[in-house]
Amino acid sequence: MRHLLSPLDLSVEETNELLDLARDISKNPDKYSHKCEGKKIATCFYEPSTRTRLSFESAMLNLGGSVIGFSSANSSSASKGESVSDTIRVISCFADICAMRHPKEGAPMVAASKSSIPVINAGDGGHQHPTQTLTDLMTIRELRGSLDNFTIGLCGDLKFGRTVHSLIKELSRYTGIKFVLISPPELRVPDVIRDETLKANNIEFTEVERLEDVIPELDILYMTRVQKERFFNEEDYLRMKDFYILDAAKMAMAKPDMYVLHPLPRVNEISTEVDDDPRAAYFKQVQYGVYVRMALILTLLGLN
Amino acid sequence: MLNVGQLNDGFVLDHIKAGKAMQIYKFLELDKLDCQVAIIKNAHSNKMGKKDILKIEGCLDFVDLDAVGFVDPDITVSVIKNGEIVEKKSLSLPHEIKNVVKCQNPRCITSIEQQLDQIFILTNPETKTYRCKYCEEKYLRRD
Repeated sequence: MRHLLSPLDLSVEETNELLDLARDISKNPDKYSHKCEGKKIATCFYEPSTRTRLSFESAMLNLGGSVIGFSSANSSSASKGESVSDTIRVISCFADICAMRHPKEGAPMVAASKSSIPVINAGDGGHQHPTQTLTDLMTIRELRGSLDNFTIGLCGDLKFGRTVHSLIKELSRYTGIKFVLISPPELRVPDVIRDETLKANNIEFTEVERLEDVIPELDILYMTRVQKERFFNEEDYLRMKDFYILDAAKMAMAKPDMYVLHPLPRVNEISTEVDDDPRAAYFKQVQYGVYVRMALILTLLGLN
Repeated sequence: MLNVGQLNDGFVLDHIKAGKAMQIYKFLELDKLDCQVAIIKNAHSNKMGKKDILKIEGCLDFVDLDAVGFVDPDITVSVIKNGEIVEKKSLSLPHEIKNVVKCQNPRCITSIEQQLDQIFILTNPETKTYRCKYCEEKYLRRD
């Protein structure tokens, strides 16, 4: 039985196969519409989410399966003090696969260790978000044609942004990727990423503060939100929340084929005037996310 | 010069970095054992200048040598039987340590999940870096 806790749980070959399957699903959705008949996914979300939870649920429904679950810790037994270990043992009796989001880092790993069904990490605190990473990979590959040889700028909250950590780890396995890390000093990538992923693999990267200085050299710009829920101190959040705003003026400085990605939700960091720019790819990204999750469910259930 | 009696049966942890003996004492939970323990601090050492030594009466089976290796792999362990050294053990940085130190990350699942083992994995032997198995937070050594 396989789980997906980190993007690195899949080899590069397995990742590429999964992205091929996701592409086939996007081209021939009818071929897959009954593949999961009789199967159930449990979406166990201990913290709020719109996109990821609905994306998983939509993915399973598109495959002909059904959905059970909860969408906040308050509506689960966690509010009565039940452990993650106990919850997953119970869920294993009800469903065939589980997607779990939890504010505590490592919770899906604990669940996987006690589970008798595949567990997918749907985001754990500021740690990992592997299905967002697969979504990002599919978006980049579909738009650029390849996952090799490009410069990616990651901008915003690089400290607590789990999508950023997962994406850097994953892209580090492809060739010719240059990372430009754009953040205020307080929100730089954690040392586990800098030292044990980037430096340890001799990957080219720079850390800068100003987006304007580097935007002309980027092939992909990955914007992130400064997440209020990750701060213990309201003052720090208020000081940093509008540090970066991507607008039409900055887009004018970028390459004509520089795509803008964002894991969403967006607050102020991308001005709505950018939405109509053909390089704005963040809503396409959401659609690719459903295809990737369909491919992942099929793969982990052995139905591919 | 301080004289501490010779051990008949037990073991000696030698070449402990000066000032670290109490940390080892705590990690090994020696306070919970009903045996004689001698803690020698700042003993003279030709090699180290100053060092700490722990002399412990009893069986080595009670001791988590991984915990000792985690604190300092350069510590030497001598097993004493009938007043003689019968074995010298060399330590190394263990790949994994269980319930030796706690994760300090307030966002880690170990902060709330009942009866979850605290597991740290060696991720970089050169820098002696250990990270929490669950959240990957680095264990900060207080040297």
